[in-house]
Amino acid sequence: MTTPLILGLLAGAILSGTSLLYATLGETLVERSGIVNLGLEGILLVGASVGFSVAAVSGNAWLGLAAAAAAGALVNLMFGWLVVSRKANQLASGLAMMFFGFGASALVGAPHVGAVIAGLPKWRPSWLADLSWVKATTLFDYDLLTWLAVPVALLVWWALFRTRWGLGVRAVGESPAAAYAAGRDPSVLQYQALLCGGLLAGLAGAHLSLSLTLTWAEFMTAGRGFIAIALVIFSKWNPLRAIAGALLFGGTEALELQLQARGSDISPFLLQMSPYLLTLIVLLAWGGSRRLAAPASLGRTFYGSS
Amino acid sequence: VSDGAVIAVLRNSDAARAVARFAAISAVALAVFAAVLLAAGKDPLSAYADTFRHLFASAYGFSELLVRVTPLLLAAVAVALPARLGLINVGGEGQLYMGAFMASAGAFMFPGASAWILLPFVVFMGFLGGALWAAIPGFLRAGKLVNETVATLLLNYVSPLIVGYFIFGPWRATENSAYPQSPRYPDAALLPDFFGTRIHAGLLIALAALVAYWLIMEKTRWGLEMKAIGGNPEAALRLGIAVPVWIVAALAIGGGFAGLAGMGEAMGIAGRLRQSLSPGYGFTGFLIAWLAAGRPLGILFMAFLFAIITSAGDTLQISQGLPYAVVNILLATILFVVLGRGSGFGKAK
Repeated sequence: MTTPLILGLLAGAILSGTSLLYATLGETLVERSGIVNLGLEGILLVGASVGFSVAAVSGNAWLGLAAAAAAGALVNLMFGWLVVSRKANQLASGLAMMFFGFGASALVGAPHVGAVIAGLPKWRPSWLADLSWVKATTLFDYDLLTWLAVPVALLVWWALFRTRWGLGVRAVGESPAAAYAAGRDPSVLQYQALLCGGLLAGLAGAHLSLSLTLTWAEFMTAGRGFIAIALVIFSKWNPLRAIAGALLFGGTEALELQLQARGSDISPFLLQMSPYLLTLIVLLAWGGSRRLAAPASLGRTFYGSS
Repeated sequence: VSDGAVIAVLRNSDAARAVARFAAISAVALAVFAAVLLAAGKDPLSAYADTFRHLFASAYGFSELLVRVTPLLLAAVAVALPARLGLINVGGEGQLYMGAFMASAGAFMFPGASAWILLPFVVFMGFLGGALWAAIPGFLRAGKLVNETVATLLLNYVSPLIVGYFIFGPWRATENSAYPQSPRYPDAALLPDFFGTRIHAGLLIALAALVAYWLIMEKTRWGLEMKAIGGNPEAALRLGIAVPVWIVAALAIGGGFAGLAGMGEAMGIAGRLRQSLSPGYGFTGFLIAWLAAGRPLGILFMAFLFAIITSAGDTLQISQGLPYAVVNILLATILFVVLGRGSGFGKAK
């Protein structure tokens, strides 16, 4: 492989990995508070659809981005009402949100199929663009969400592991009863984690439609939500490890596009399978040994307070 | 039996109470969905009326309901059977496509065979396709390697791509190149249909599957062992029940039923392999099985109800100009109301 090819792959990996990273960070926050949200796929779709529609109507991608984050948070709060307030089964509630996302995104996006939007502006610092090995590639030519992806991962890590709030969230994920006894309200912390996680998932969806594809199509997230859930396991519920995971999967997608662009003989259908099969292989290789890293009360309903 | 006795039975039976409770839930969900349609600038009353007229005003409309019940019943049994062991099969959609794929392979393998040989073979291949596809998450779960929920969800995305590969590649029909699909199956591989409608032999297979599910669960030692594993896997293992074997077997048998649903859609309806075989029957089957809490009669009732609901999706598409996927909001609303009530169906775990 030549250097430009590798750099091109890296550039593509970072761009494709961005939305996966935001989605993984959002799910990590939620799972750290002891809640599994299988509806992530639906929330990504809602983010993509709302973001695109608002951008198409208002002509302002930033407004779309804000609306997508708000929509993601709203769906997560609805999910929270089921699993936190009503103490409903988390898996079934997650699937309810998945169905809701399938339908709501189709409804919101339908009038805007085929609309042309400007998308999020890309920005490359001139001192980087002038470097000889960068010039020929799309490396560092990124929108704000991509530039902020790693700092946000650091922020989530800092919030979870270096703040009193994060300690509370993790305590609820390990043992809500102990957290409750220590004077923290599990419900409030879980709602807060869901709110932040929803914002991040909404941004993840919006990045797909507002930066990566610049279109809206039904079911355009194509399972990224489920891949992100697997990435949370792969990254041992750690936001910093999630960066590596998102890059790995972004790289697969970039490789797929590169091979197709170069007219490779491999069928595009077989290439499209690779992220899902890679996810299974990654879980197979690392999933079993990582179970101990999971929050101890993940998926359990806490009946103690209220 | 006198009328009085029937009424007394109805009044006291759990089934009647469950139906009444579900009617109330459906009413709330329909009202919420109507508000959503209204907000989208559509007329919910005419949408509901169109759906109702389409389904019940003609014999043909009602036959279409039965056509839709067929894959839903099979997809629901595919979820209900592994659920008895506490296994969550959310991969019905992928297993359905794999069943259709393998059945197609069977049909194209022996194009000259007579229907007496080819038809049973195709049905078997459909079951086998779904079973093998579901056995993968089964092995991964039995080996405590990967959670079956995540594995089945991921595999949903793979099998439609396998179908896509074949209908765009080796099996692409030559006579109509605009729409990617396989050539027509040999006539001997097509499921017979009834009364000049699209109701096909798959309905009989689906009903047989439901009865088989009930028989296995209630009348055999296998059902007892499966329920024991669902109740307490540790205790079941110590009793000498081969838990890992059962995990693989239950998922595979369940997947086989979903595969039969795919075989039915291909051999009974389309007559060819297409990528648009299922508008999410696998996922709807999960809802049916979950809401019915795995009870055979409940599955039958819910399958009819969800056949009506998903028909509303067609109405939305044709007369209201909305995407079919919008009907998922109605599915979500029903689930939302059931879960939000916080009692009754599937309160376990």
